[in-house]
Amino acid sequence: MSTSSSQSAALTATGRPAPGGWVALAASQHIRLVAVWLALIVLPFVLPNNYLLSLANLAFINLILIAGLNLLMGYGGQISLSQAGFFGLGAYTSGVLNVELDVTPWLGLPAAALVAGGAAALVGIPALRLKGHYLAMATLGWNAILIVFFVQFIDLTGGPNGLLGVEPFSIFGYALDREPRVFPLVWATSFLVMLVILNFLRSRSGRALRAVATNELGADAVGIDSFRIKLVAFSLSAALAGIAGSLYVHVNMYASPETFSIATSILLIVMVAIGGAGTFWGPVLGTAIYVLLPQFLAGFEDAELLIFGAGMIVVLVAFPGGLASLPTAVARWVGRRA
Amino acid sequence: MTPILDVSDLTCQFAGVTAVDDLSFTVDRGQIKAVIGPNGAGKSTLFNMIAGVTRPTTGTISFDGSRIDALPTFRRARLGIARTFQNLQVFQEMTVLENVMVGAHTTGRAGTMSAIFATLRQQAEERDLTETAHALLTRFGLADKAQLKAGALSFGQMKVLELARALASDPSLLLLDEPAAGLPHGEADRMGEIIVDLNRNGMTVLLVEHNMRMVMSLSHDILVLNNGRRIAEGDADTVRQHPEVLAAYLGESEDA
Repeated sequence: MSTSSSQSAALTATGRPAPGGWVALAASQHIRLVAVWLALIVLPFVLPNNYLLSLANLAFINLILIAGLNLLMGYGGQISLSQAGFFGLGAYTSGVLNVELDVTPWLGLPAAALVAGGAAALVGIPALRLKGHYLAMATLGWNAILIVFFVQFIDLTGGPNGLLGVEPFSIFGYALDREPRVFPLVWATSFLVMLVILNFLRSRSGRALRAVATNELGADAVGIDSFRIKLVAFSLSAALAGIAGSLYVHVNMYASPETFSIATSILLIVMVAIGGAGTFWGPVLGTAIYVLLPQFLAGFEDAELLIFGAGMIVVLVAFPGGLASLPTAVARWVGRRA
Repeated sequence: MTPILDVSDLTCQFAGVTAVDDLSFTVDRGQIKAVIGPNGAGKSTLFNMIAGVTRPTTGTISFDGSRIDALPTFRRARLGIARTFQNLQVFQEMTVLENVMVGAHTTGRAGTMSAIFATLRQQAEERDLTETAHALLTRFGLADKAQLKAGALSFGQMKVLELARALASDPSLLLLDEPAAGLPHGEADRMGEIIVDLNRNGMTVLLVEHNMRMVMSLSHDILVLNNGRRIAEGDADTVRQHPEVLAAYLGESEDA
């Protein structure tokens, strides 16, 4: 069956995919991803000023963090309280390599992914051997330890004052140091990350991860090593956080410890839930809320956090599936009224 | 020829209660072997020890000539032992097709890295796997349900799906935990037909079952347990007339 014919045959009259149309459906998810990212190209042209564009750039970086966490949390059923810590580990790895050894950010970025992913494997090996939510506890401690390192290793990290003198990414001597120049970098990287996640989910490993999260007894019976696949997911989510960290430090040309605190880790978990844990597009919605809401609430000053928190509770109580479940929930509600 | 499964002097105790008591038996290649017995006879414990969910207190289990009693469940599955569950353990949040594809986990080669970069070989493996899974669903009459969430299926359909999932790994020994339990007469008969058909194509089956009609009609060999011990073993006629079997069942006045 050729690709084009299988695509047209993917959906039968009942709206249910015909046998053999599954490959075409998988392809259509890829097409949707490409379409959305192509649409996002307009951002630098429609946003009225560089401040808003800087927010968009930040959103792409945060999307990598949140989508990575969603992979572990939404699809793997494991909670990590150190996504911000791995974000920081990536930022300091890439930043310090650049400041101290003059390593180009293009090498710093894969190094950040390797260091964060490798550190996750070390934390995960003891924590994931145990059944239950031991990973949440271990990562809570791990994020705290990382913060101590970031603050105390003053010679390398600059301590509480932050890491200064980080160079931006550059292409043939052309520095990506202003918002319109940063945009293509974060836009393309976040696209590749979303592509990696989609490929993973549609693979033998991705199915194994979801199987373990859905029913560990059943997963065991079909020969899946649940410890191993959870460890893979945890390392992958941390490696993605490392990539986000590298982008962050070279875009801001600065990093300081409080950005990577446990509070940030918790907020990232909330954003995964708000967007819709275990859905592919949920993190995009969660990221939008994460970046935009504080802008709207800034006028409320001290009440900002209160309103933010209350809003989160309302959304999660009304839509336990997150914002990504909104269309289905509305459709069901309309259907009931009709 | 060595038996595919060799259980030797197997004992399992829980807090002083002996669930399985010094039990030995074998399953030959190509056989349908049934384990029956009244409630509390130790059938489920025995089944769980073979599948790897429960560890024996003493004794050995060998599969294909090598010891498996210390292996975790997933390693036994990789050796070619597949199972179904009495109280269904399907992946409810995944589609029917994905359930079967996960069932073939042990036959796949593609690792995480090749998945992330969607290598050509990984894509080819994925296409083959999808086709194989569809063929299995077609064979069991679930093809039109392929894209539904498994949780949306009826109980009987889930039982068939679990069987399809177990078969996706192309196992050499199929463990069935009460395949007919909870099924209405017609569906139980159909399940029996499926099992006989699988066996005709060479599958070795070990099943635990309460439905006497089914056990008597399809088993080559029946092992009867009571209080964790063997009280009889043989074909349907032998077992049916065995005085201890009659006593064990009539004593409970179980109408089967």
